[in-house]
Amino acid sequence: MWILQLAWKNLWRNKSRTAITMASIFFAVVLSVLTSSLKTGIFDNLIKNVVSFYSGYVQVHKAGYWEEQLLDNSFAASPQLEKTILAQTEITGVTPRLESFALASAEMNTKGCLVVGIDPAKEDRLTHLAAKLIAGEYLKPDDNAVLASEGLLKRMKLQLHDTLVLIGQGYQGATAAGKYFIKGVARFGSPDLNDRLLYLPLLAAQNMFEAPAMLTSYVLSVRNPGLVNATSLSVQQRLGNEYEVMSWEKMMPDIKQHIQGDSNNMQVVQLFLYLLISFGIFGTSLMMMAERRFELGMLVAIGMKKTKLAFLLLAESVLAVLIGCILGIMASIPIVYYLNRHPLRLGGEVAKAYERFGFEAIFPTSTDSMHFITQGLFVLLIGLILSLYPVLKLIRLNPVLSMKK
Amino acid sequence: MKTVIDAHNISKTYNKENIPVYAVNNVHLHINQGEFTALVGPSGSGKTTLLNLIGGLDKPDEGKIEINGIDISAMSPNKLIDFRLLNIGFVFQSFNLIPVLTAKENVEFIMQLQGIPKAAREERINNLFKQIDLVDKMDSRPAQLSGGQQQRVAVARALASKPQFVLADEPTANLDTASASNLLDIMALLNKEENITFIFSTHDARVIERARRVITLVDGRIVSDTAKVAVHEE
Repeated sequence: MWILQLAWKNLWRNKSRTAITMASIFFAVVLSVLTSSLKTGIFDNLIKNVVSFYSGYVQVHKAGYWEEQLLDNSFAASPQLEKTILAQTEITGVTPRLESFALASAEMNTKGCLVVGIDPAKEDRLTHLAAKLIAGEYLKPDDNAVLASEGLLKRMKLQLHDTLVLIGQGYQGATAAGKYFIKGVARFGSPDLNDRLLYLPLLAAQNMFEAPAMLTSYVLSVRNPGLVNATSLSVQQRLGNEYEVMSWEKMMPDIKQHIQGDSNNMQVVQLFLYLLISFGIFGTSLMMMAERRFELGMLVAIGMKKTKLAFLLLAESVLAVLIGCILGIMASIPIVYYLNRHPLRLGGEVAKAYERFGFEAIFPTSTDSMHFITQGLFVLLIGLILSLYPVLKLIRLNPVLSMKK
Repeated sequence: MKTVIDAHNISKTYNKENIPVYAVNNVHLHINQGEFTALVGPSGSGKTTLLNLIGGLDKPDEGKIEINGIDISAMSPNKLIDFRLLNIGFVFQSFNLIPVLTAKENVEFIMQLQGIPKAAREERINNLFKQIDLVDKMDSRPAQLSGGQQQRVAVARALASKPQFVLADEPTANLDTASASNLLDIMALLNKEENITFIFSTHDARVIERARRVITLVDGRIVSDTAKVAVHEE
């Protein structure tokens, strides 16, 4: 105990040196927590944007559908199936869809489009479709109308409340055709989807494609997006081999790769940060050893064992690092929470570019407690490893040489 | 009279590979209990090296050193640290005390290393501070004490472990006349009343004057060893 008391007193013998050490650790923790939480926050937001845009976190299809996306690979909608999926605690919602390609035609114009049959209320909860409306009204379940993408209408020279005809191939080779009133116009971030997306109420789509009560997918929303793979696996186990359960990572591997790439870049930034901290701590350790060379030699000379002296030096370093870490974590909490509530927002052309691809140009932080814990512990670990330097020097300390003027 | 230190033909050479420096050269030395001895000689004569060898801070290249009949030349560095803690008191020229501890805590420190219980420590601290006449400065930090007072606290710390002898390396080198005289008075008194053995390395005439035995070193060899009439008996 007296060694700890002595360590505490020693810590404050050179206030500037201790302040430099603590400050370097403090800023290191704050910056690394911020970097880490910003990294996760940005990626979480990106994923949220991507999945809420269209795909959802998890989709259930008939086995083989993803490889061959045909209506013939659809499956029968079943309340029992929905119940089984919803029985998983991680699943918070299920939205049915029936998707296929068709030709949209009006007067002299015909364009290919992606027809998506949806349950309007459930779809809105998942992808906030109603919010994307720029004209007209949102769909109702029993409507025999479409909600068309802005780009598609432009290409077809159509307007709200005009009528278009859809022609395509239905279920099991049947001819699919129908005439629909344009009830709403929506704008989508992705130029690709904005030029070809067309929503129909599920019943209308099933009727057109001659696929009564059939679906191509159930889109699932999850409680914890971080556990999306485990959740899909658990749903897959429940549903068996008749269905395929795919997370967004499997459906959009390019997005996953992009995140991985950016994540690696961020890690390089963090690595530089850790290097800076290491030099800060190491520098003060060097200063301390040079300043106290005589004293350490004297303590060994009068009979203080090197193990006790090592414990003393280690305790001094640990105290400095610990205080710096705790202060850093305490300071980073309000900053991270503030940036979560008031995210960094890009403006100008960059923001427009982001929005064009359907992403909000904002960079929120993640408030996951793991950022504070892991970054705090990591900096603590760096501090502890560097604290071994004085200990190693001490092992080789020769009291006679140390006390030489 | 009991022999405390018995150095048999010890030598210490530095820079053996290039131009060897014989810091201590075939020195034979006995120090008895209760002696008040000064090791004198010009700079580089080997006083401090001899003191370091006797104190177990360094090892001789040749010969052996026995403290109370125990050969310390063959001890491992770790055992030597323990041996020093229990048997030898040190007073250095300067930077002697731990700056963050009070005078009392500095003296107590050595007893904490020895694992002496609190009550026994308190009692010994009070006695020691009475002896060095610094009871009113017990709670002062080294920086609040004069050089002379700091050296008195260093003497108290050296004595706190109840050592076989005290080695003092130029203890008065940084002190003014009055402080040096006062320090020497205290050490002489402790020597007289408690029969504590003191060995100084010095070239301070004031210390040489008070010493009862003066050993003169030149180029690592003892060139004279003179016993004087005890000052405190005069």
